[in-house]
Amino acid sequence: MTLVAWTIGILMFWPILWTFLTSFKTEQDAVLMSQLFSTGWTFENFGIVQERSDYLRFAMNSVIIAFGSTLLCLLFAIPAAWSMAFSPSKRTKDTLLWMLSTKMMPPVGALLPIYLIFKEYRLIDQHIPVLIIMFMLNLPLVVWMLFTYFKEIPVDILEAARMDGAGIWQELSRVLAPMALPGIASTFLLNVILAWNEAFWTLKLTDVHAAPLTVFIASYSSPEGLFWAKLSAASTMAIAPILILGWFSQTQLVRGLTFGAVK
Amino acid sequence: MATRHSQGLARLAVAPSVIILFLWMIVPLVMTIYFSFLRYNLLNPDIGGWAGFSNYYYFITDDSFPGAVLNTLLLVASVIAVSVIGGLGLALLMDQPFWGRGFVRLLVISPFFIMPTVSALVWKNLLMNPIYGLFAYLQELVGLTPLDWFAKVPLLSVAIIASWQWLPFAALIILTALQSLDEEQKDASAMDGARFFSYFRYIMLPHLARPITVVILIETIFLLNIFAEIYVTSVGGLAGNLTYLVYFQGLLNFDIGEASAGGLIAVVLANLVSIFLVRVIGRNLEI
Repeated sequence: MTLVAWTIGILMFWPILWTFLTSFKTEQDAVLMSQLFSTGWTFENFGIVQERSDYLRFAMNSVIIAFGSTLLCLLFAIPAAWSMAFSPSKRTKDTLLWMLSTKMMPPVGALLPIYLIFKEYRLIDQHIPVLIIMFMLNLPLVVWMLFTYFKEIPVDILEAARMDGAGIWQELSRVLAPMALPGIASTFLLNVILAWNEAFWTLKLTDVHAAPLTVFIASYSSPEGLFWAKLSAASTMAIAPILILGWFSQTQLVRGLTFGAVK
Repeated sequence: MATRHSQGLARLAVAPSVIILFLWMIVPLVMTIYFSFLRYNLLNPDIGGWAGFSNYYYFITDDSFPGAVLNTLLLVASVIAVSVIGGLGLALLMDQPFWGRGFVRLLVISPFFIMPTVSALVWKNLLMNPIYGLFAYLQELVGLTPLDWFAKVPLLSVAIIASWQWLPFAALIILTALQSLDEEQKDASAMDGARFFSYFRYIMLPHLARPITVVILIETIFLLNIFAEIYVTSVGGLAGNLTYLVYFQGLLNFDIGEASAGGLIAVVLANLVSIFLVRVIGRNLEI
């Protein structure tokens, strides 16, 4: 059992592991299977990639877009999810389901108007407009995730705090905030991952100046002689930060992506 | 104690998100509908006016349309089949106790966190390259002729990449559901074969019906819109789906009218699925 499970695990992980290993090889070794664990380890690919395609700028753009849009999502979603969880009305359920349905709209339904608006007002390849698109794209998911977390905070505890004479400020800072923070943190993490990997709008709406890592990698799509080690180095640099974040968030992933339908 | 005051405050807190999402959904959609009835080509700014349904007619009778629909459906169906069946198997395996389970779980879930452009290029080059790729090497090892994946079976190649990305998602969700079952039921691994089978058939599968439904619906929505994998591997002409065709007509041929008509066809298609998903999730939602 152990052996079967490990074999499958390694097979699934193999493309990632191999990319990682290849990124430390010379271009000559990279294409030779016999040189799987080549002896000529080198860091030069990373330097070449940085010099050739300016990795740091794309990485910075990814950080700005992913983190910025997520923060903006939280800013709007926390009050919304909070009030829906703690003082729901008759329409709360419909509102939530309607928000969900906006997430299901295929991007091609909005691509042409958005693209033309971006072109008309010279918004293409600008940070803020892309960040706002990403914000609107992920807002429903963030509201939903936060809602399922806030829903689990027992309301009784508030009454108990009030009985003990806690004021509204103490109520918020001592009782509610500590209980809400883990949920907010998980939501934040998952949404950063999703925004980091989003590769429809970013490929269409950015080019160089505001382009994130998805576009940086796409520039390696045309084959050019021996370039696997460089491709691998670029890939490793693009996925490593988010893969590590992903490992930390994997238990929250299910709840976030199934809109609370599976816990 | 929900006073009128706090109800008003609650509405005020929800309003900004609702307004933004409403605008995000309705403005582009209305514009797309409007464009789809116009003669609107960026290369011919002189030609304009009302087009009636001709954009729909041209989009549907385009030579690429039947192929694009077929590719879309095949891609969705095959990736879902692989990820549900494989995911069920993986989840059952990961639910057993074995040494290093947490670590193996990390390995299995990892492909889901890889950005689509990276997965596509790594698979296309390092694994599926007909000369230097790992698959070519393995095929030669057993005496077969290496297959030129993206030239000979482009759709299958894209489906393999997408399956690799979505299998972990299905496995993780089914595993989560299994573990909530384990807490209620006794340890399945302690049973013999026959008892395990009836346990699987009569207790496990019914319990898993809903998570599997959710996996199928969510994956359908994402897979209908798959784009980056087709775009960066340059197989749009061979294995393009509806999303790619809309992109092609609009942003490469600059025929906004026709592309908008195609976009609306994709919206209708996606809505057929999302109605079911919203229902499944809504049934489970307690306010």
